Formats: sequence, C-alpha cells, structure tokens
Amino acid sequence: MIEFLVDPVQFGVMQRAFLVTIVASAVCALLSCWLVLIGWSLMGDAVSHAVVPGVVLAYLAGAPFALGAFAFGCAAVWLIGTVRQTSRVKEDAAIGVVFTTLFAFGLVLISVTPSEVDFNHILFGNVLGVSDTDLAQVLVLGLLTAATLVLKSRDLTLYAFDAGHAHAIGISPRRLQLLLLALLALTVVVALQAVGVILVVAMVITPGATAYLLTARMERMLLLAPSSAIGCAIVGLYYSYYADVSSGGAVVLAQGLLFFAVYLLAPRGLAGLRRLRPRRTVRP
Amino acid sequence: MKRDDDAAAADGPGVHLRRAGTGAGQAPPGGRTGADERIGADAETKPDVVVELSGVSVSYGDVVALDGVSLQLGAGRICALIGMNGSGKSTLFKTVMGLLRPHDGVVRLFGADPARSRRAGEVAYVPQAENVDWDFPLRVRDVVTMGRYGRMSPLRRARAADRIAVDDALDQADLAGLADRQIGELSGGQRRRVFLARGIAQGARLLLLDEPFSGVDKRSEATMSELLRRRADDGCAVLVATHDLDAVPDLADEAILLHRRVLMHTTPDEALRPENLALAFHGGEARA
Repeated sequence: MIEFLVDPVQFGVMQRAFLVTIVASAVCALLSCWLVLIGWSLMGDAVSHAVVPGVVLAYLAGAPFALGAFAFGCAAVWLIGTVRQTSRVKEDAAIGVVFTTLFAFGLVLISVTPSEVDFNHILFGNVLGVSDTDLAQVLVLGLLTAATLVLKSRDLTLYAFDAGHAHAIGISPRRLQLLLLALLALTVVVALQAVGVILVVAMVITPGATAYLLTARMERMLLLAPSSAIGCAIVGLYYSYYADVSSGGAVVLAQGLLFFAVYLLAPRGLAGLRRLRPRRTVRP
Repeated sequence: MKRDDDAAAADGPGVHLRRAGTGAGQAPPGGRTGADERIGADAETKPDVVVELSGVSVSYGDVVALDGVSLQLGAGRICALIGMNGSGKSTLFKTVMGLLRPHDGVVRLFGADPARSRRAGEVAYVPQAENVDWDFPLRVRDVVTMGRYGRMSPLRRARAADRIAVDDALDQADLAGLADRQIGELSGGQRRRVFLARGIAQGARLLLLDEPFSGVDKRSEATMSELLRRRADDGCAVLVATHDLDAVPDLADEAILLHRRVLMHTTPDEALRPENLALAFHGGEARA
C-alpha cells in the first residue's frame, strides 16, 4: 500500500505534476465558487479558450506564456463586454462569438508557426513536461491569485449577491467585476499547464457546483470547493499514473464523478428535491 | 405606532404635516432649500430635504423613461411612489441611487452630490424580491452584516461595533431568532425585513424600497409599515415604490403619482382618488 502511494512521487517529474495540479485545482476551485453563484460559467469557458493565441504569440516572442495568455484573457473579457454593451447582441452570443473567434485565431497561428508549439499541450495540458520556469510561474501566480481571492472574498461575495447594494454603499461593483475577471484570466493561466484550455472550464465550474450542493454557507463553500478539488487532483493523478491515462482527463473525471455522487446523495441535490418542491409552490 | 398611521390616513394634509414636523425633530430645521409648491409650503418648520430631483430626464435609447421629473422628499417622511409597470418607478430609483445618469437635470441627496451620500452610507436599497437569489449561501446575519461593509476596513472584518449594530438591526426587524437561517428559509415578509435590517445596520438615512409588499401577507405588511414608520420617526426619509394601493394610506405621509413624469405629488388620500389614479394607470399614452 505504502509502495503504491510512494512509487509515483519518487520521480521529479511526478512531483512537479502533483504540485502544479494541486495548486491549479485549488485556485480554480476557489474562484469557481463565485463563478457558479454569479452564473458566469460560460465566462470561464470563454476566457480559457481565448488565451490560445496569446500562448502562441508569447512563444513566438520568447516571452513567458503566462503573459500572452493573461493579455488575451483580458482582451476577450473586454471585447465581450464591449460587444454586449454597444450592440443588440445578447451576452451569451457575444461570449460565443468572441471566444470562438480568438480560439480559431489561435489554431491558425499554431498551423503557421514552426512545429515546436505542441497543439495538444495547449489543449490538454502537459503536466509531465513542467520546466523550472513553468513551475515558478504556476506557483507565484497561483499563490498571488489565491491570496487575492481570499483577501477580497467578502467583497466578491457582496458583488455576486447584490451589486446594487455595493454601489449604494460606495463600493464600486464595476471594479469588483474587473477584479474578478482579471483573477479568472490569471486562474486560467495557472491551470493551463496542468489540464489545458479545454479542461480548465471544468475546473472553474465543477468544484464550486459540488460545494454549492453541500452547504448553505459561503465560508464553508470556500473551504469545501478547494479541498474536494485537491482530493480529486490527487486521486486523478494516481489513477493516471497506474492506468496510464491522460492526467488532465483523470483529474477532471474525478471532479465530475464527485459532483454526480453529491448531486445524487446530498440534501441540496436530487435527494432533496422532493423536500424542496412543495416549498417552491407555496412561495409567492 | 398604529394609531399614528390611522390618524394619518384619516386626517387631512394639515394634520400629517404637523406630525411630520415632530417626526423630523432630531434633524435640524430646514430652510436651505427652496419651497416646494405642491406640499409643505405652508409648514412652518420645513424638514430637511433629503432627495431633490430637478428636471431629471432619463432615456434608454429612444425610449424616454423619465421626462423632466422634479420632486423633493424630506427627512422623517414616508413617500409612496405609485405608478403602473413601465411608469418609470424603477428608473427613478436607479437614478436616485446613481446607477443611471440622467441626460438632463440634477439629482441631489442631502443637499449634495449623491456619490458623497453613498460613500457616507446614507443610502440603503431594498431590492424587489424577484431580483434576489434566495438560494445564495448566506445567512440572515451575513446579509445584514453587508450593511456595515462601507464602514469596515477593505478586508470587511466585523468589529465589535459592527456586531452590535447588526444585532440591534436584527432585533428591530424582529429577526433575532432567525439570524442563522439561510435567507431562502424565510417567509416573504421575513425576507423583505432582512434587507430592511441591512439598511438599519448601515445607519442609512434614506431608504429606497422597491415593491416591498408584493407577495407579503397582511400581517407582515403591517409589521413592515410599523418598522418603516419607526425609521421615519428617527429622521429617515423613506421612498416606497408600490402598486399595492391598499397599503398606501396606512403607510405613507405623501404620495407621488408617476407616469414618466410626476403627475401629482400630494397626500395619500388625494392620490388614491379614482380620478387621480385613472391618470396614473390609464392616462398618458397607453404603451402596454
């Protein structure tokens, strides 16, 4: 048993994989709490896909990939907001148009650049090929993002719950919105290496959704989401090591299975539906 | 409390103006703003003007939502804002809160720039129940504590004074026993009182309530009215948007009939006369 647990982490490669995945899972999970409550899941989808051209361009310019990814994540958010506010196009359409366009731009860029940029690594992560620079980037950005989320957690909850009240007491909801979007872009950058752009979406939605089914207290949600995500990261990586399957896939699959288990069993999930229904009909 | 409300309903404008004068006793006597032609011009001690709109117009694209709205609301007064859906009630609220910028006219709160009042925590808003996510993982106490955020450090850590203010507000709103409930586990009336308690904890001197009586039973409505009256007696100005006309005479000192512009700013009894209501609800160009 001990051998079973120790064996994978003897290798430097696997140690890094564990570190990167755990940090990325925890940061994503923390952020997912607010995304799920505000209803911004699609935004997570959008930002994660939109960073692809940024990663390629950063590679071509010899800059850290985090820089390019962050710039394009922010650009996507800005573009979505601008299209929505200055036209009749509704938000979901604006999101859909902007992120697919940027994602497609990324694909085109990859196909015209020399083959060193591995398409698969961007899409599905490359947790076994983490360099020292990558590791440093993930740790610094991950800790920075997590610290900001924790320090501003009450303000972010205020914004998610009642932006009008924030405005009424002189706390700018616009600034909190921008902060949250910037943190989303940073989070995507952190998780890129671990699971790639496609599965980041799951990591910034699923843990928050799972925690939401488990508790009616925000503080507990902010503990449950990261701890369940870290658990899933560890389980997923062991599974990936022994079964020789995609590590990103295994981690996200673990998160998804946990969600459905909770959904089936938790009082706030399917099991509690019968209890909730009568109350809803009485509700004014 | 209740007796006062009944008196206000039964008596003419003279009586309730006098009562409003005593209600605003804590606030220094007014006089720094111009006379309001419609009401209060004959009152000796004019209460401080809290809300003042002059010639405010707001449009959404080509649609004019408010057209040259001028009104004043004094400290210690409860004013019902009456109008049908689409009459501009919500727009008026958003304009007073500074969420919408009028393309014409001026909004002043407490005689100054509204942004200053907001930063000072003087403005509280009780949203419509439909606009609140009642499944949000917050307890009653958490929501009421949010009223204090403007006074806290950037980390929003509650200190002793904040906790005392929150407990006191919960007591006043008769929610002390429900403080640890998730907000969705409350009745319609209790839910509305949570947001009012938030405004009380905040120490707001202007309360804006959007349809506080929709989906609330008669008893909760009376509790709510009583609570608002106490706030007014403490010197708060209260503006209540409502289409529940039955509640108005018991609740309000004055009423505004709104249909994109102020049709009438008068006593509740006067506003509720059928011919006047007809103006607000069937008058103007029928848009619906």
